[in-house]
Amino acid sequence: MNETWIALKELGENRMAAVGIVIIVFLVFVAFFAPFFAPHDPLEQNLEKRLLASNGEYPFGTDELGRCIFSRVLYGTRISLEIGVVVVGITALIGTILGGISGYYGGIVDEIIMRAVDVVLAFPGIILALVIAGLLGPGLFNVILALAVTHWPGYTRLVRGMTLSVKEKEFVEAARALRASNFYIMRRHILPNCINPVIVLATLGIAHTIIFAAALSFLGLGIQPPTPEWGSMLKAGIPYLRSAPFLTFFPGIMIMITVLAFNFLGDGLRDTLDPRAKEMIMMRK
Amino acid sequence: MTLLRIEDLRVYFNARGRIVKANDGVDLEIEETEILGLIGETGCGKSILGRAIMGLLSENVEIGGRIIYKGENLLALCEDRMRQIRGKEIGMMLQNPSTSLNPVLTVGDQIAEVYRYHNGVTREEATKKASNMLELVGIDSKRMREYPHQFSGGMKQRVMIAIGLALNPRILIADEPTTGLDSSMKKQILDLMSGLIKSRDVSMLLITHDLEVAKGMCNRIVVMYAGELLEIAPAEKILSEPKHPYTQDLLDSLPRMGLKPIPGESPSLSSPPAGCRFHPRCRCRRDKCSEKHPDMIEIESETYVRCFMYKNDKSKG
Repeated sequence: MNETWIALKELGENRMAAVGIVIIVFLVFVAFFAPFFAPHDPLEQNLEKRLLASNGEYPFGTDELGRCIFSRVLYGTRISLEIGVVVVGITALIGTILGGISGYYGGIVDEIIMRAVDVVLAFPGIILALVIAGLLGPGLFNVILALAVTHWPGYTRLVRGMTLSVKEKEFVEAARALRASNFYIMRRHILPNCINPVIVLATLGIAHTIIFAAALSFLGLGIQPPTPEWGSMLKAGIPYLRSAPFLTFFPGIMIMITVLAFNFLGDGLRDTLDPRAKEMIMMRK
Repeated sequence: MTLLRIEDLRVYFNARGRIVKANDGVDLEIEETEILGLIGETGCGKSILGRAIMGLLSENVEIGGRIIYKGENLLALCEDRMRQIRGKEIGMMLQNPSTSLNPVLTVGDQIAEVYRYHNGVTREEATKKASNMLELVGIDSKRMREYPHQFSGGMKQRVMIAIGLALNPRILIADEPTTGLDSSMKKQILDLMSGLIKSRDVSMLLITHDLEVAKGMCNRIVVMYAGELLEIAPAEKILSEPKHPYTQDLLDSLPRMGLKPIPGESPSLSSPPAGCRFHPRCRCRRDKCSEKHPDMIEIESETYVRCFMYKNDKSKG
């Protein structure tokens, strides 16, 4: 607990990370309480009041169907964070387990897992995700699946590399000399030593996933209208880019802020959790 | 009484086509409650011997011979049975305490988990036993919840002793227990170890390249060179009248004895010299030495030497 506290304090002293945390806490808060903040139902259409600029009743204006953009942006936070957290949760878990097995056992198991990683990495991520989303059809579950399939190899490679170096450490042999089983050694001795970079990668991964999900929706293969989602809102706003730029401006700026916040936090975490990376940054300065 | 008997142990590594003979025909006995010193240069195969007893060698290794403990050949045991022996019957302390402790677990947890591997005791019991163990090696049990980086090298070594002796093994294999410690700390640690070992009737195989360490602690000393044993003798005897030229040279190379280095380099374990392995560096070399391989012979009671300079009809092995 003590160590965790010190690490958190150090993280708070990193200004970028602190900004990231504040924004993320704010976004999570907004996502949770979206129904309380939203002035309108995000799905409620009012064709008489379409494409209005921001005013007292509609803080961010209305879209082409007369829906409140502010409410839609708020509800969009939910979907984006949900996709980010769920996809990263799944991929980090699968990737860590596969990477751990691969690095620890080596040999044919390692070969099979790493070749699978190579296959996935051989495709540009967005194309593979497009193919999967295209085949399965749009929808929240399919977006998550498509992103999960494209994002696990990063964690696998990372954890495999860490495991390879940690398993040669003497404390692993010492544990074996005291009868620890393979499973126990992996869970208790190797994984805790690999977890810091995974946390950093996962935080940055949330940012990446949110962009990816928005891109899929923008291309029409992700979350479908009328569900409020930033990517699909962007797409819907394109025809009105000149006449009513607020249709695209607000969801766009939300994507940017969210992604930036997670990137700030990820960088901050890297600085706190990995002293060597910090030294390298200092030297470059 | 003999507790552990090693018979004709051969450990060969296959390193890209070259066979590295790390242990080549080792015969050794560890008696009950004795401290047996295994000395030799870096790379002569002494750590491999320790690991072979624990069954901790990597997979690309060929092992021959037998290691008999309580009537069982450890080399033939399945992994499950071997795991029951590790820690509980035969404990091990690895060299380098700073890397032998996991940096992300507290010291207390690392001692406590030893009990949890074996006896299935509850967490509280294990913690209690761990704190007793920590007090026993002279560390305040308040420091249970600290991490290894908060400990000095000597304290880490104390923790390693606590872990090694936690389950009251019959034999403790200590691989270079004093590396990285200064001489005063070295003495403290050795005193602590020998005290604990004697009070608990544990036998110890002390693997070291440090003759001073071996001298202070051991009952018997074994000299190893290039994968085989050259001399076995009681400690005081080997130090006062070493028999094998290598042992003599080794003693002469001590600072106290004039710091005379042994000429030449240790032989490669993949292609050791024919005949006696030490002959290229030996000052008593004869023609025979490069042609025939000497056997281990008992020249006095309890003193065995592998050298043609000595004659006895009671040949061993």
